[in-house]
Amino acid sequence: MIHSVFIINRSGGLIYNKNYNTHIAQLSSNEALIFAGTFHGIHALASRIAPTGKTLGTKDTGIQTIDTRNFRLHCFQTPTGIKFIAATDLLHANLTGVLTKIYELYCDYALKSPFYNLEMPVRSDMFDANMLQLVQQN
Amino acid sequence: MASSQQQKQQIQNMLRLDTKQSKRSTMLLEQPVTRQRRDKVSLSAFAFLFAEMIRYTQNRVLGIQDLETKLNELGQRVGVRVFELTMWREKIVRRETRVLQMLVYINSVVWRALFDKPADSLERSTDNEDEYMITDNEPAILKYISVPKEMASFSPGAFISGIVEAIAACCQCPARVTSHVVPVDGLPVRTVILLKFDKDVMEREKRLEAGK
Repeated sequence: MIHSVFIINRSGGLIYNKNYNTHIAQLSSNEALIFAGTFHGIHALASRIAPTGKTLGTKDTGIQTIDTRNFRLHCFQTPTGIKFIAATDLLHANLTGVLTKIYELYCDYALKSPFYNLEMPVRSDMFDANMLQLVQQN
Repeated sequence: MASSQQQKQQIQNMLRLDTKQSKRSTMLLEQPVTRQRRDKVSLSAFAFLFAEMIRYTQNRVLGIQDLETKLNELGQRVGVRVFELTMWREKIVRRETRVLQMLVYINSVVWRALFDKPADSLERSTDNEDEYMITDNEPAILKYISVPKEMASFSPGAFISGIVEAIAACCQCPARVTSHVVPVDGLPVRTVILLKFDKDVMEREKRLEAGK
């Protein structure tokens, strides 16, 4: 069960924040922004301190999952620097497939809409509707 | 012998332009107008182009009505060419000049050429007898566009209404064509193209009906 989804743009700002589980404590919008900035920072740190191979080209992917006692945080970073984060319960081991689908939805309903400005918060009814459908399937 | 000569020529053509591109795109101007198989354009590519068209016009207008008019003009330029092309490809001998036949032509032939499916319905308005409506339950080119709440009355289908307006003018039935979004359960992007024919067109229709 997916608890919530966050999308962070290239500069670390939060552009999408949705909570799909009403039974747990909600994050205030301020806390969500702080979370996005913090996560962006530690993600950058993790990819820098990773021990890379001899070849210069191999860069680490950064944080992929963070495990805690009650939930798991999954992160997927696109080649353009956008991070898709999902908080789920411990049953989901690998959410890369779902996060890739979210990336597809973002490409479709945000990037192809003429009224969306890049790096700004995503405000699209169709994106929300499709996200809800995708989360309910998982 | 002749085919190997042809192949050599084709390979030479390809090498001259770009070895990575397909044969079809390098000889684009030498392709026959009557296409043999159904070739389609990627919807994603067109969606990006269309989104940029809307953004481009948005920077040059003041107001939603102006934006729709500009998109309508863009659509008209496409409409004229679509009309010629469909008439040629479908090998139709007669151009429709009567209102109803022209609407059926738009509904079936033009919609199929553009969107790969006939339009969903054609209706005549009960309030005014010079108004007709073409409905499309999910126009593919509008699929990814979400209009923000401040511009709720804007319908990006203005582009499609421009195409229809140009075809109506080509068929000697000039009309004022607008597009409206009329969402229905389960179909949030349902678009209605409203055609309001000129007075002389309706008078001509009445005369022709009476003359029969």
